[in-house]
Amino acid sequence: MKPIVLIERLSKRYSIGGLHPGYMTFREMVADTLFAPFRALRGMDNPTYQTLWALKNINLKIEEGELVGIIGRNGAGKSTLLKILSRITKPTTGRVALYGRVGSLLEVGTGFHPDLTGRENIFLNGAILGMHRAEIQRKFNQIVAFSEIEQFIETPVKWYSSGMYVRLAFSVAAHLEPEILLMDEVLAVGDAAFQQKCLDKMHEIRQQGRTIFFVSHNMAAVTRLCKRAILLDEGAIISDGPPEQVVNQYLSATWRIGAQRDWPDASKSPGNQVVRLRRARIRNEAGETIAAVDIRHPVGIEITYEALKSGHAFTPVLDVHDDEGVHLFSTHDTASEWQRKPRASGSYTSTAWIPGNLLSEGNFLVDVSFISFSPATALHAQERNVVAFQTVDNQQEGSARGDFIGPIPGVVRPLLMWTTEVSPRS
Amino acid sequence: MIESSESGVHLELGELWEYRELLYFLTWRDIKVRYKQTFMGAAWVIVQPLFTMILFTLFFNKFVGLKSGNIPYPYFAYAGLLLWTFFSNAVINGTTSLISNTNLITKVYFPRMFIPAAAVGAGLVDLAVASVFLLVLGFHYGIRPSWSLLLMPVFFLLATLLALGVGLLASALTVRYRDLRHALPFIIQFWLFASPVIYPFAIVPSKWRWVMLMNPFTGIVEGFRSSVTGAALGWHDIVIAAGITLALLVLSIYVFRRAEDTFADLI
Repeated sequence: MKPIVLIERLSKRYSIGGLHPGYMTFREMVADTLFAPFRALRGMDNPTYQTLWALKNINLKIEEGELVGIIGRNGAGKSTLLKILSRITKPTTGRVALYGRVGSLLEVGTGFHPDLTGRENIFLNGAILGMHRAEIQRKFNQIVAFSEIEQFIETPVKWYSSGMYVRLAFSVAAHLEPEILLMDEVLAVGDAAFQQKCLDKMHEIRQQGRTIFFVSHNMAAVTRLCKRAILLDEGAIISDGPPEQVVNQYLSATWRIGAQRDWPDASKSPGNQVVRLRRARIRNEAGETIAAVDIRHPVGIEITYEALKSGHAFTPVLDVHDDEGVHLFSTHDTASEWQRKPRASGSYTSTAWIPGNLLSEGNFLVDVSFISFSPATALHAQERNVVAFQTVDNQQEGSARGDFIGPIPGVVRPLLMWTTEVSPRS
Repeated sequence: MIESSESGVHLELGELWEYRELLYFLTWRDIKVRYKQTFMGAAWVIVQPLFTMILFTLFFNKFVGLKSGNIPYPYFAYAGLLLWTFFSNAVINGTTSLISNTNLITKVYFPRMFIPAAAVGAGLVDLAVASVFLLVLGFHYGIRPSWSLLLMPVFFLLATLLALGVGLLASALTVRYRDLRHALPFIIQFWLFASPVIYPFAIVPSKWRWVMLMNPFTGIVEGFRSSVTGAALGWHDIVIAAGITLALLVLSIYVFRRAEDTFADLI
C-alpha cells in the first residue's frame, strides 16, 4: 500500500485576543504601527495579540483506501486539520503531501444561493466543490434522483424546507468523486431513511478504494465505520490505532474512568464499617479486563469487596447509565446462594453478567452500591461512575443489526425471537 | 502539496486554468442573482447612467455652460457615465466581494481570486446593454459611426482590467482592514471628479494634465469617447493608461496571492 496523504511536522498557530480576533481596522493598524517603537523601547512584545497553537507537530501517514476517524474534544484541532487538508487555510510550519484530488464536506450547501433554483444551485455548488461542468451534466439526473426533490428542481431553494435543502446539498456533495474525502459530521442530516442512503453512499465510496477522513463526536459511528482512529488533544496526536482502543482512551480521558478501578488503601475506599469496595472491573468470559465489548457477547461487571464484620446480610447493587445520563437499569443479587445470607468477614468477588445482544451500541457507566434489606434497609456505600465500557458493533452476523447499516435508535437492542405466520390468499 | 506561506508566493496560473469553469459559474451566479426578482430587470442598467446624464446636462451644460466641443453634451456625458458606471460598480462589487462570500472562503478551497474577478466580470453584461442604448442615443444626435467604433472592446477590456486591479487589491486589504469599506464611497466619488467623465479633458490646464494622466481611467475614458464619437484617438495617453493599468494589475495579483493564505483565518 502506498501512502496517499503524508503529513510532516505540521503546526498551525492562530492569533487570539485583541479587539477583533482576526481582522483589525485601518485606524488600529495606524495606531499599532505608531506605537510599535515605544513598545519595543519598553521591552514589550505586542501585548494585544496572543497566540494559540491549534496543531502542534502532527505527523501522519494515511494509506490509500483507509477510512480514518478523527476524534477529540472541541478545540482539539480536528477542524483545523481538515481545513489544512482541504487547503482552506495554510499551515504555519510543516507540510502535507496529497497524492489525489481532495473533496471536502465540511458543511453541506456551501455556496448555495437562496435566489437560485435547485437546478442552478446543483451546477454552482458542483463547480465550487471542484467538479467540471461536463461531470455535473453527466451526474445531474443521479443527483436529482438521490435528493428526491425532482418536482421542485426549478424552484428557488429559499422556498425549500430545511430537509429538502440539506438533501439537495448532500446529494451534490455525495456525487463528488475525490480520491480523498474529508467529512465533518455531515451524516447528522435528514431523516432516518435519508441517513441510511448517506451511509450506503459512504460504503460505496469506501468500496471504490477511496480514502476518507471522518471527523465525528459520534463514537459509535467511528467504531462502526472506521478501521483506524486518531485522537487529538490540544493540537497533538494522543493516540492512533484501532477505533475501539482509541475511542476508549478518549472516553477514559474525558470521564477519567476506565475499565478497572482499584482502591489499594482500604481506609479511602467507598464503604463503611460493614463493607468496603476494593476493586471493580469490566471483564469478558475469558476473565480479561476489557473496555470495548463486542455487542454480541456477554459482559461481566465484576466487583471485589471486603466484609469487615461477620453476620451482615447485604447485597451489591449495580446501576448502569449510558453517556447521555439515561438510567438503563439497576440490578442486585436476587438469586444466588448469598441472597439474604449473613456473610462471614472476608473478601468476596461477585460478577453480574449482562447478556450479549441486549445493550445498544454506545458507552456505559456503572455505579456500585451496597445495601442491606434486613433487619432494616441500610445503604453502606454508594459510588457513582466507578467503571465504564463501550459496546462495539462490528457489523458482523449474529447481532440485532441484521442488514441495516445505519444508526439504530434505542437504549437497548435485544435480539428478539420473531414469528411470522402466513395465511395463503383464498 | 501544502506548505506554509514561508515557502514563497506562487502565482499558480495552471491552477487558475484548472478551475476556469468556476470563474464562469461565479460570474453567471452574480449576473443571475442580480436580475432575479427585479421589476425592471435590465432597464436599470440604462436608467442609472441616463438619469445621471440628465442631471449633469442640466447643471453643467445648461446652468454652468460647460461645453464639450462639437459633440452634444448629453451624448458626451452618457458615453463617459456609461463606462464610469461599469467601472465604479465593478470596483465596489469587487472590493466587497470577499467579505460577502465569507461562507465560501471558510468552507471550501478554490482560487480566491475568482471571487473579485467574477464580481468585476458580472458587470460586463450591464455594460453591453447600456452600450446598445449609447448607439441609439448616437443615432438620435446624428453621430456618424466611424471605424474607430470597433475599438470599443479594447477600452472595455482596459476598464475591466483596471477595475480588476483595484478590486483585487482593495478586496484583499478589506479582509484585514474593514474600515476600507467605509472609505470606498468617498474614494469613488473623488475618482469620478478626478477623471474627465463629465467634463472634457481639454478644459484641464495643460500643466496639470500629466497629474491627471497618472489616473489611468483618464486615458481609458478619453480613448473610449473618441472611439464612439469618431474623434482622433490620443494614442499617447492611451498607452500610458494601459501601462499603468497592467502594472497595477500585476502588483495587485502579487499582493492578493500573498494575502490569500490568511483570508480564512482573518475573515
